[in-house]
Amino acid sequence: MPHRLLKFALSPDYPESRMFRAPSRLGDRYDVVIIGGGGHGLAAAYYLARDYGITNVAVLEKDYIGAGGTGRNTAIVRSNYLTPEGAAFYQTSLELFQDLSRDLDYNLFYSERGHFTLAHSPASLRTQRWRAEVNKHLGIDSRVVAPGFIKECVPELDLSCGGQQAPIYGALYHPPGAIARHDAVAWAYARGADERGVEIHQNVSVTDIDVRDGQVAGVQTDQGYIATNKVLSAVAGWTTSITEMVDLRTPLVIYPLQALVSEPLKPFLNHIVVSASLHLYVSQSSRGELVGGASLDPYELISMRSTLDFAEGLAGHMLDLFPCWSQVNVVRQWGGLCDMTPDFSPIMGTTPIEGFYIDAGWGTWGFKATPVSGLTMAHTVATDADHPLIRPFNLQRFSDFQLVGEKGAASVGH
Amino acid sequence: MKLVPCPVNGLRPLQEFHFGGEVRDMPDGEAVSDAEWADYVFHRRGEGAVKREWWYHVPSGVWFIAERDNRTDEFVRSYLYEENGDG
Repeated sequence: MPHRLLKFALSPDYPESRMFRAPSRLGDRYDVVIIGGGGHGLAAAYYLARDYGITNVAVLEKDYIGAGGTGRNTAIVRSNYLTPEGAAFYQTSLELFQDLSRDLDYNLFYSERGHFTLAHSPASLRTQRWRAEVNKHLGIDSRVVAPGFIKECVPELDLSCGGQQAPIYGALYHPPGAIARHDAVAWAYARGADERGVEIHQNVSVTDIDVRDGQVAGVQTDQGYIATNKVLSAVAGWTTSITEMVDLRTPLVIYPLQALVSEPLKPFLNHIVVSASLHLYVSQSSRGELVGGASLDPYELISMRSTLDFAEGLAGHMLDLFPCWSQVNVVRQWGGLCDMTPDFSPIMGTTPIEGFYIDAGWGTWGFKATPVSGLTMAHTVATDADHPLIRPFNLQRFSDFQLVGEKGAASVGH
Repeated sequence: MKLVPCPVNGLRPLQEFHFGGEVRDMPDGEAVSDAEWADYVFHRRGEGAVKREWWYHVPSGVWFIAERDNRTDEFVRSYLYEENGDG
């Protein structure tokens, strides 16, 4: 038995220090209040403290750290997007991710797998080729590959889909596509922020935001009032309840997205496999579980319930691609909330309310953007001006008819 | 299986339906400002509430309005557009 484990068994007290403190009560005033203790909010807190020396910051989480979208996604990181704005943004995030374990001194199990987006028709292969060319032009490692290459990488895959679905004509291949341990990302950012003086308050709900003459003055919580002039809303699927408090109109509508995991298996699936036609993406986690997700639920709902219809549908499509999985058991399924925008790009930056900043519209693409969102929102909050990378994503674009139509987004029909 | 109340066909499985979004009144495009028109085109009432929504029963080709709580997924009632929900 390793010595370290023995220490846990014999010590009367828990022998490790906690990842971050649990402050007993809220302060009266903070320079910045961040609503939402998920990856994005905690990353913003971390970069605010590290890069701008702003440490009198409270992160308010109504549940526990990472209870929302951060712990509910399928943990895929990639940057093969289609718009120049989106590609530049996600590529920055991917580069930050590649170094993040070292940066935060915490093993995030970041694992580069190679990402296949399968084409089930000549038309879809043409779209993949278009995406590959745009990606190459933007300096992103991405190319179209033939069925033989896919079979070589993923021998279990049935290229004919058992005759049940259209066969596979090729794929878009993105070698840097990766997976990471999503909750560790939130914990590591939380620790980094905490070490620099940020307060993380779990189980604190924001009930109202105090706006006076178009300027944020404070935040009302279920545990008292906090005075502050800067509020960052980083609550993704719960954004509409926050924007309602400040009377801010947005295009956001909330849809559930469901996912499931299988029992752990010996490592065999090295790559991430995505099929837009079959509404399926799957990878094998470092624990050996097959992690799979589908498309959005078919109608608006602000609830994290999961359904048998989803598990049945996804399992059926998994078997179309991987018939050899027919004896594998599903052990867990869950739902998360997606705040969808009409152009599949996020809503980030300043708003018409002075001191109210928004990090939302994370739909089905939020986890991969965690580091870059933290970095750019910290800049935006600290300097009161949108970071250049997120200028195209300002809420104002819906009043100016300047949408950023992102057809490289996952789990959505285009 | 989720069942949806159709005013013509009664309770039917969700798979037979399309969701059409919240019922919204279109302003007169000629009379409103660009900002008001953009607000109509893009912005939505995304928060939790009982909302009037368009639903379509695909096999019978019926569009109708359902009142549904988008937090609990409970259908309150449904009716055809011309019935206006008052009858």
